[in-house]
Amino acid sequence: MQYYRAHVLICGGTGCTSGKSLEIKAELEKQLVTYGIENEVKVVMTGCFGLCEAGPIMVVYPEGTFYAHVQVKDVKKIVEEHLFKGRIVKEKLYYEALDEDKVISVNEVEFYAKQKRIALSNCGVIDPENIDEYLAKDGYQALIKVLTDMKPREVIEEIKKSGLRGRGGAGFPTGLKWEFASNYEDDMKYVCCNADEGDPGAFMDRSILEGTPHSVIEAMTIAGYATGSKKGYIYIRAEYPIAVKRLEIAIKQAKDYGLLGNNILDTKFSFDIEIRLGAGAFVCGEETALIESIEGKRGMPRTKPPFPAEKGIWGKPTLINNVETFANIPAIILKGGEWFGSIGTEKSKGTKVFALGGKIKNTGLVEIPMGTTLREVIYGIGGGIPDNKKFKAVQTGGPSGGCLTAEHLDTPIDYDNLVSIGSMMGSGGMIVMDEDTCMVDIARFFLDFTCEESCGKCTPCREGTKRLKEILDKIVAGNGTIEDLDRLENLAGYIKDNALCNLGQTAPNPVISTLKFFRDEYMAHVVDKKCPTSVCKDLLQYTITDKCIGCGSCAKVCPQGCIEPLGKEINSKTKRRQYVIDQNKCIKCGACLEACPPKVKAIIRK
Amino acid sequence: MANLELTAEKYALLKTFIDENRSETSGLMPVLHKAQDIFGCIPIEVQKFISKELNVSVSEIYGVVTFYSRFSTEPVGDHLIGVCLGTACYVKGAQKILDELQSALKIKPEETTADGKFTLTATRCLGACGLAPVMMIDDEVYGRLTPDMVPDILSKYDKEETK
Repeated sequence: MQYYRAHVLICGGTGCTSGKSLEIKAELEKQLVTYGIENEVKVVMTGCFGLCEAGPIMVVYPEGTFYAHVQVKDVKKIVEEHLFKGRIVKEKLYYEALDEDKVISVNEVEFYAKQKRIALSNCGVIDPENIDEYLAKDGYQALIKVLTDMKPREVIEEIKKSGLRGRGGAGFPTGLKWEFASNYEDDMKYVCCNADEGDPGAFMDRSILEGTPHSVIEAMTIAGYATGSKKGYIYIRAEYPIAVKRLEIAIKQAKDYGLLGNNILDTKFSFDIEIRLGAGAFVCGEETALIESIEGKRGMPRTKPPFPAEKGIWGKPTLINNVETFANIPAIILKGGEWFGSIGTEKSKGTKVFALGGKIKNTGLVEIPMGTTLREVIYGIGGGIPDNKKFKAVQTGGPSGGCLTAEHLDTPIDYDNLVSIGSMMGSGGMIVMDEDTCMVDIARFFLDFTCEESCGKCTPCREGTKRLKEILDKIVAGNGTIEDLDRLENLAGYIKDNALCNLGQTAPNPVISTLKFFRDEYMAHVVDKKCPTSVCKDLLQYTITDKCIGCGSCAKVCPQGCIEPLGKEINSKTKRRQYVIDQNKCIKCGACLEACPPKVKAIIRK
Repeated sequence: MANLELTAEKYALLKTFIDENRSETSGLMPVLHKAQDIFGCIPIEVQKFISKELNVSVSEIYGVVTFYSRFSTEPVGDHLIGVCLGTACYVKGAQKILDELQSALKIKPEETTADGKFTLTATRCLGACGLAPVMMIDDEVYGRLTPDMVPDILSKYDKEETK
């Protein structure tokens, strides 16, 4: 085996590869050859590091030097100075990775130091396309333990003991789900991994699959053993090409090593996994819709019961778990259910991965113990709001969740707490909004989403979400009334109570929570006909103030020709006058505002 | 409009795939994905072909094709522009990027330019939230966008064509 004096890890997650990390890797390998140190330094492409904001990311071990925003042109210098001469390139370090003259290792940076990584433990550490690296990190040890040492019943008991709950959103106890699936007898049973991650702003599952695909394969095989199933499906979005590719590689490698396929590890147990691609339908994240889609039909949810554990894919008992749920399994088997149960809160055990996004400094992926407060996540790990803006709301649970306000910041995050304050855990998207975000517009945005993604099977969702959206459109356009707010509330409650599946039942949540916590903003829209954050175009008014010098720049660009020199006379000799906007003709395009000379700044938008 | 060629070679490719994957539990989806890859869309002619091969009614196939947004019945332009309208991108101004593209290309989302060069779509979250707002042109991701960057990016593709 070859020894290297340094390892350079480059992030190969979606965020960083969009920032050209593949080209950086190629350049790095080229430069190492140029300096003749290609046998001393090993380059590894890993999965997502999590701190996407700092991407593309490069970390040099053994010391853990954390380079951020690396570009192809920086590579030569890093190779020459750092890897060849041993001098760290300080100006390319992540801003927190340098304290005066002391270099701080990647694991001590605040963003990482406050996290606890179980599901993400291999992300950004190993090469996801190399099974040997996963094996070196105790990979497949859990599978070996299960197959050689444990009865299926014992595996299920261990999962039950851990208190693990489904990470896809609803939070159903995983051990129970496994037990149900194992209790039904049939000639064929299936294990299915739900990787149809569709919540906007959520990319936890994608990063797990891109960073440590073997964890999921190992866990599914364990689930197969525990429930008595021989066949697994991974249903994944076609929009995730890198994750699909790495899964394909991982499945092949696992088969080559005898860890998947017939007679795994020379035991009597056989298990195979097939990948199925989604085709861009959000509702397929709902488990029964997903089953329909695998069977080649329109992805429309079925009525439950029967639950998939009884009648799932092709009418056979089926266990469906989310990617992150599976990613926790190997650690639970190896370290024990009790260990896992010691992390988190009373009813929500372990950790949860969140995708932090929106108006926050450290956009990225974080894994925290259950019970951490929102404040800790947003201000501690997330670094707070950029540009000194004020925090307004945080949206959890995607289109099914709600918006939480500053008063909820000290709530410990767990399944039940989030539900009790009007939101939900969801799959883990966490979008931060600052004072510039209009909450009515956000509610409309989510409704637009659910409206389009409604499968159309049940009327409350198909028609109800449309009507909700129409009312919101009306309010945003400045034609809303106070009665409309009551209508919204009534209809939202009706849809919640009557829709067939979770998509419909939770679709009104963004409306309900914004109405509850930001009613004053709705009032401003319907009574004063103003958008306090100047987001809703139709409610804006452009006016020319007394600062106008009569240059006419605005009138030249106005597409409506509705700005004319009809105001106060500025110069009695030239008869120059200030300009005025005809509000009846104005289409609020904002061209005049941009055309007004920066020194003058006579046009205001309100 | 962009070209739509339903050549015999393409049908042969699809037929090979269908024959290789024929089983009771294969389902319709993999075949439709393959058809979309091969033809760039799944027009009614192709649906009829699949119907005969798999012994599934055309109406059922049509239902499935039109249900999923990744399948289309009409060809798309040479370059597919997808503006991410995920929440993270949206709160960071993705709508303005989409507006700018609409006025630059003079088409609405889900439409193709008259010369068949660009198709504009508003996509779901691309998962590159760290770079928000983001758009994808074919396989290339453009991140941390502002509206004034749009004309430059588009002109790159115009030049390519004339080369």
